[in-house]
Amino acid sequence: MTALPTLAVKNAKKPAGVTGHGKLAALYLAPGMLGFFIFIVVPLIASLVISLFDWPLFGTPKFVGLDNYIRMLSGDPVFWTVLGNTLFFAVCYTVLNLVLALGLSTWLHSLGSWGPFFRVLFFVPVVTPMVANALVWRLMLTDDGVVNSFLANFGIAGPSWLSDSQLAMGSLIAMSVWQGVGYNIIVLGAGLNGISPNLLEAARIDGAGAWQRFFRVVLPMLSPSLFFCTVMTIIGSFKVFTQPYLLTLGGPGESTNTIVLYLYRNGFSFDKLGYASALAWALFVIVMLITALQFSQQKRLVNYDN
Amino acid sequence: MTTETMAKGAAPNASALKRQPPARRRKMRPGTYVSRLAIILAGLVFFFPFLWMVATSLKPTSEVFSTGASFLASRIEWSNYVAAWTAIPFAQVIANSFLVSIAGAALTTVVSLLSAYAFARLQFKHRDKLFLVFLGTLVLPQEVLVIPLYIMMNKLELINSLPALIVPFAFGAFGAFLIRQFLLSLPVEFEEAARIDGAGSIRILWSVILPLVRAPLAVVAVFSFIDYWSSFLWPLIVINDVSQATIPLGLSMFSGERGTDWGPLMAAATVAVIPSLLVVILLQRQLVKGVSMGGFGGR
Repeated sequence: MTALPTLAVKNAKKPAGVTGHGKLAALYLAPGMLGFFIFIVVPLIASLVISLFDWPLFGTPKFVGLDNYIRMLSGDPVFWTVLGNTLFFAVCYTVLNLVLALGLSTWLHSLGSWGPFFRVLFFVPVVTPMVANALVWRLMLTDDGVVNSFLANFGIAGPSWLSDSQLAMGSLIAMSVWQGVGYNIIVLGAGLNGISPNLLEAARIDGAGAWQRFFRVVLPMLSPSLFFCTVMTIIGSFKVFTQPYLLTLGGPGESTNTIVLYLYRNGFSFDKLGYASALAWALFVIVMLITALQFSQQKRLVNYDN
Repeated sequence: MTTETMAKGAAPNASALKRQPPARRRKMRPGTYVSRLAIILAGLVFFFPFLWMVATSLKPTSEVFSTGASFLASRIEWSNYVAAWTAIPFAQVIANSFLVSIAGAALTTVVSLLSAYAFARLQFKHRDKLFLVFLGTLVLPQEVLVIPLYIMMNKLELINSLPALIVPFAFGAFGAFLIRQFLLSLPVEFEEAARIDGAGSIRILWSVILPLVRAPLAVVAVFSFIDYWSSFLWPLIVINDVSQATIPLGLSMFSGERGTDWGPLMAAATVAVIPSLLVVILLQRQLVKGVSMGGFGGR
């Protein structure tokens, strides 16, 4: 068996004749669970509490009940804009990323000994700092940047990739897919390596054509990896921040403003930590709902038989 | 909820961390040559932004745009690297990045190993429930936590300090999850033999477990190093003094100050990219394994 990406959890066995290790376990768990509690559990709950306050960076917080949420849902059109932008980004980014990753990893798989090298090449932008990646894309996409110079060779007057409200979001999506697709290529590549060549050979002998083999054999066998990629890619897409922050500053207008960028600005530019926390909880609820929805469909969509 | 359904999935493979068999060798057909030529082209196009980054870093500022789509300027301008080095306290920023990433990776790895050992090998009340709650935070976006963490750091007067960059993000579930999965695929016999020989629990962890879990520990260390190295939002929030900045924050401050000075900026970006590139080249096996276990997912 080869490495299959997995979101499944093993259960630890209970060795026979062993009684509790309460004190010892407490010792080993102390650093990890204390940190988990202080830096994850407490902030998560605190975030909910802060969202009920009018909370400036400096000065006294004032309890306002659900005002921040009411304002978010009914009094702040920007919230709906950034939510819409984030959803649009998430859908386009996830679909493009997965389709491209599936195509590329299948292609790389067919290249035999050349495959692993290119798989790693496509993985490079995943690992290099997003800030450096975003800055070079900003340079390439400026009005007189290399992309438009290249287009000019063919007599095409290149558009303003980052400051045209029709194109800016597309540019962000393109940059993000370039940055992230290598992750899924690696996961799907591992999944493809796990499919027995005998199975494909048997399908071929039974008369299945290339497309049929892909859709009827490869895709179902790959479904655990695809499920994993989909969950991870969607979660990642809702957190998009660095790309709009550095490429477009959320503009032009609000056309590329996203939930996390808006959260950051409310917290640290507009001095509204309470409202920013309400946005954080909106993000949290959305991500959890989508993830839960995916897991509830897991049995129907994913084939775990080997 | 998600964690319960996670647990109901198929049993993962004990060999998840073992080396994969190489792809099957095929006979060369004419189509293969076309395919190889095409992938070389695709690879070049894909890698172009990095090539452009380096090319721009070697151009005189006056020629960054005037040379159009050409890689080479009239001369190679190494002084961009000098300019980048002096424009922000770049040596300091690089030192900060290494310090934060190494300390963060070390802390994450040690804490994860201890938790993983307890969750995999020790018996205590509510163990599996606690683990599932812990694991559920794999899918929790850290962006949700930054406001309270900022207030916490402010109260502790840790704003503009390196500990604020290191400590809050060393307690995610990824490392413990990965090491625990690996431990569960190891036979307990080694440990039991050591116990019969009279070794205490700490001794067993140190001299029996530790040599066996080097591979997953390396994966955890590499992933948390890269996470700390690339992290941007949190440093942007908690650091506003460039002498405490890490490389991504330094780059963004630099681009804010001298947004049009692309030569030095790309020189600095090139320097920031090199360590990550080395990691990819030298540690690709660890990366492939970690990715398949959810690395880079929840942060």
